[in-house]
Amino acid sequence: MIRQCFIIFGCLAIGELVVWLTGITIPSSIIGMLLLAALLQMKVIKEEWVKGMSDFLISNMGFFFVPPGVALMLYLDIIKAEFVPIAVATVVSTILVLIVTGWTHQRLKG
Amino acid sequence: MELLQNYIILLTLTFGIYYAARQLQKWTGWIVLNPILLTIVALILFLKVTGISYETYAHAGNYIEFWLKPAIVALGVPLYQHIGQIRRQFLPIFLSQLAGCIVGVASVVIIAQMMGASKETIISLAPKSVTTPIAMEVCQTMGGIPSLTAAIVVSVGLFGAIFGFKVLEVWHIKNPYSQGLSIGTASHAVGTSRAMEKGNTYGAYASLGLILNGLLTALLAPFILKIIGL
Repeated sequence: MIRQCFIIFGCLAIGELVVWLTGITIPSSIIGMLLLAALLQMKVIKEEWVKGMSDFLISNMGFFFVPPGVALMLYLDIIKAEFVPIAVATVVSTILVLIVTGWTHQRLKG
Repeated sequence: MELLQNYIILLTLTFGIYYAARQLQKWTGWIVLNPILLTIVALILFLKVTGISYETYAHAGNYIEFWLKPAIVALGVPLYQHIGQIRRQFLPIFLSQLAGCIVGVASVVIIAQMMGASKETIISLAPKSVTTPIAMEVCQTMGGIPSLTAAIVVSVGLFGAIFGFKVLEVWHIKNPYSQGLSIGTASHAVGTSRAMEKGNTYGAYASLGLILNGLLTALLAPFILKIIGL
């Protein structure tokens, strides 16, 4: 367990370091993810060294979004005042992204 | 009432509501009863009724939100498992991501602009499809309201998690790789968590969409806004 935590937090910490050193606008967590995949690919670490922890984190990822979601209550005023443009724009745009991405990929692959 | 502000009590409440919501979804089998959505709504109602401030809740919430970053790092594992497949179809993946990113930023901005949203709101909406930390960063550099972005990002994620697969089926996008990829592109980690439930392949492609659209949006969103004239 400790080794698993060390590897995952280690990747995140290197991500933080890269952001701090370069001032890049990519989040440390994304850099950490790419690094973890690279280390696994280069056989520097074995999959079973992170398996339990990563399964736990991934299967509960949705739950970790609850607190940032509760922050919605701070913006109820703005959201109420501009509800129609916000709702229509996000819903239509999200549907468009789903269709365009999925269709392009399916088309090019087939 | 002061006891209710204790962070252990607030944490227990969060775990308890989420567990109950998940059971409810299992019993009914209704995808609309998304446990994340139900828990957020129940907690907001609870805080409003008891008069507990968001800041007080956030002390407890931080202990949960903290795990978001390591969870995104952990997505490196399914990504690694699918590296071979991804390499083989690099071009379809890259081009569909590029299309999704441009459409995602441009369409939300243009629609919101046409419907008369304020400039700050429009900028806060622009990075709506990508994962919270990237979206907030992009919003900040362009002059929006980062916390509004965070709230909208979670809503978009929920929409994708709840309706995403339905939308794809209606449009005859049935390939599991294409489905996973577009769920991750459109609705980041919340959509990805739903895709993971459907299966490992869906999940791996969703995390790929989450990563690539995150990177592309961070790089391209400022230019897209400039071209549109914001």
